[in-house]
Amino acid sequence: MANHAHAPRPLGGSFLSPLTLLLGVLAAIAGVILVYRFIYGLGAVTNLNDGYPWGIWIAYDVVIGSALACGGYSMALLVYIFNKGQYHPLVRPALLASLFGYTLAGVSVIFDLGRWWNFWHIFWPGYAQVNSVMFEVAVCISAYIVVMWIEFSPAFLEKWGMKDVRQKLNKLLFFFIALGVLLPSMHQSSLGSLLVIFGEQIHPLWRSGMMLPVIYLVTAILLGFAVVIFEATLSSTGFKRQLETPVLTPLARIMYWTLAAYVALRVIEIVARGALGTAFAATWQAFWFWVEMACFVVPLVTLASENARRSASKLFVGAVLLMLGGFMLRVNGFLVGYMTGEGWSYFPSLAELMVTIGIIAFEILAYIYIVRNYPVLPAAQPASR
Amino acid sequence: MSETYIEETTEAAARVASRLRIDRREFMQFCAATATTLGLSTGAEAAIAKAVEKAKRPSVIWLHFQECTGCSESLLRAEHPTLEKLILDVISLDYHETLMAAAGHQAEAARKAAMKANKGKYILVVEGAIPTKQNGIYCKVGGQTAIDMLKECAADAAAVIAIGSCASWGGMPSTIPSISGADSSPTGSSGVADVLGKPVVTIPGCPPNPYNFLATAVHFLTFGKLPDIDQLGRPKFAYGRIIHEHCERRAHFDAGRFALEFGDEGHRKGYCLYKLGCKGPETYANCSTIGFGDVGESNWPVACGHPCIGCTEKGIGFTKPIHATAQLRGMSPPASYPGIVEQQGKTSFASAAALAAIAGAAAGGAAMLAKNLGKQDETQAQKKGE
Repeated sequence: MANHAHAPRPLGGSFLSPLTLLLGVLAAIAGVILVYRFIYGLGAVTNLNDGYPWGIWIAYDVVIGSALACGGYSMALLVYIFNKGQYHPLVRPALLASLFGYTLAGVSVIFDLGRWWNFWHIFWPGYAQVNSVMFEVAVCISAYIVVMWIEFSPAFLEKWGMKDVRQKLNKLLFFFIALGVLLPSMHQSSLGSLLVIFGEQIHPLWRSGMMLPVIYLVTAILLGFAVVIFEATLSSTGFKRQLETPVLTPLARIMYWTLAAYVALRVIEIVARGALGTAFAATWQAFWFWVEMACFVVPLVTLASENARRSASKLFVGAVLLMLGGFMLRVNGFLVGYMTGEGWSYFPSLAELMVTIGIIAFEILAYIYIVRNYPVLPAAQPASR
Repeated sequence: MSETYIEETTEAAARVASRLRIDRREFMQFCAATATTLGLSTGAEAAIAKAVEKAKRPSVIWLHFQECTGCSESLLRAEHPTLEKLILDVISLDYHETLMAAAGHQAEAARKAAMKANKGKYILVVEGAIPTKQNGIYCKVGGQTAIDMLKECAADAAAVIAIGSCASWGGMPSTIPSISGADSSPTGSSGVADVLGKPVVTIPGCPPNPYNFLATAVHFLTFGKLPDIDQLGRPKFAYGRIIHEHCERRAHFDAGRFALEFGDEGHRKGYCLYKLGCKGPETYANCSTIGFGDVGESNWPVACGHPCIGCTEKGIGFTKPIHATAQLRGMSPPASYPGIVEQQGKTSFASAAALAAIAGAAAGGAAMLAKNLGKQDETQAQKKGE
């Protein structure tokens, strides 16, 4: 399937720049806060309380972080399952972004564990509670992280000239690619199942019951497409390369119809459950619900025509809005719409925020390092398509 | 355990059951419960059953001196089994002033006859303190002083058990606060061990838990000797631990949650009664684990909301004021207490500002990028137009 005319090549160039320096400083700040957190506990760093045992480290770093890291999943789904070979140049960069997104999402769970030194218990047969949704999510995400490193390993093997290993791996790779599609389908829906368990503690607008896994899975795929567009556009402008719009336009078409299906599903589900009334109440939950819905509906309007999908700016804005929509859906479900009882509230502390920002900074930093040194991005853009 | 042994035990149990007119299951339950109270190993219930089924019942002489009969009353409230169903059949209660039908000289004659017939084999149980001042003239039965009667009965007894705090060390009669400031009571009330000048088994309490007495008696019947006792003569199975150790309110003590007065919020919520003067932390007894009145573990003074007065402990019960706080034995309160009121969440203006700044920067950056992309779109469209 790979088109040898634009096989991936290392980008080269200097790693050091004002941007990477800034990112490095941000990552270092997060590192210091985390050391402090591991020594003095969650209470010393976070604003978590008995009512809100989960804050942004779970809601953002894990739930949203892994959903935003679904680029690799969505592209693998498209290229290998639906056999759309023309998107192949997008797979490796998408996979790289996913790799970091997921690895750090997995590691972030440890930051949020009160007794973090017991984190290995979940993998130990005597300790694991196999009937728990958390167990499913934990094992599935861990397995997917390993699978993704294997999926991505050809980039390293090419760089290090290990042809023999690569050839052997190529024969087995289909198996890992299949796993790489199966596993995210499982745990992205399970992240929605977590909210099923929260039950009545979730505001009616996000209390979709057994539809929650579907909603979370569909938006994860949607976010995957959006992230690929976002990241392709950013790396094109950032590394001063030609825009990849010709490949992105047909991708946006698939994304558009997925989005249309999702919005229809979401609205019908809310109306059918009789929860629509709560959206018109004067509450913060209703306000953030409309913000979330706007993020999904606006791209539905602006990207309606094929012409609009050819515009790099409209594609970019649409992708950003969709990412924001997926972000809001998850923040709303896990924090804004989480009603744990009278009097409880949560807003992240500066230290919590700095850790999350530091993790994102570290992700971008590692991405820049790898695309400069390993064959990830396509070597040259075709002059015309 | 061999099969024949089990068969024998089963048959024996059946015989006892028919004799006592209770079913076999009820009888075996009594034996098992007694073995458990005593903290005996598996198989002990069978030995107990075998001992109890013996046709020859040991003779028991029960003396009353300076007392309120509360200990006997407590024993009458034992329901597993009831006293009349089992103990009166297991033992031969030959002298008990409250329970016996005989009266006057007839009663004293019965005692003397029993002592003669069972010389060296009967069990002597003493309830109540013995007055010692003025040669013990403050308590007489049938013209005989308590001291004389006790010494006479104890001489040929196989075992002496002092039931209740009065017989154990003098109890309430010995601790009447005297106006002159002197320690002792007006009548010089003393415990059995002091009068006899040798250690005896004591079952202190006001009243003591009937099962502590029953278990001690059954232990003697089964094994021919009394259970292990501490330096004060108390069986270790019942008085080996401080009440506080197994108190159901202990978690409140550790968390620093106390009832401060009767009827306050903490009292109604079942908090620790330490600050109301509970003597649980300095009193040895098993009240917190077996409870009273056969209605479950939650029926004992502390569970009912009243502080323990330390009735089983000499120097505490009837001596210390009921609402004086106890001295903590063998434990110290934690260095810090967990918060009772949890903070329900706080807002951080710094992080809110930082979040707003990031959102603004991201929105601005995205808008700039979109604008540049728009320009590129236009130039491309123009190129196509050309």
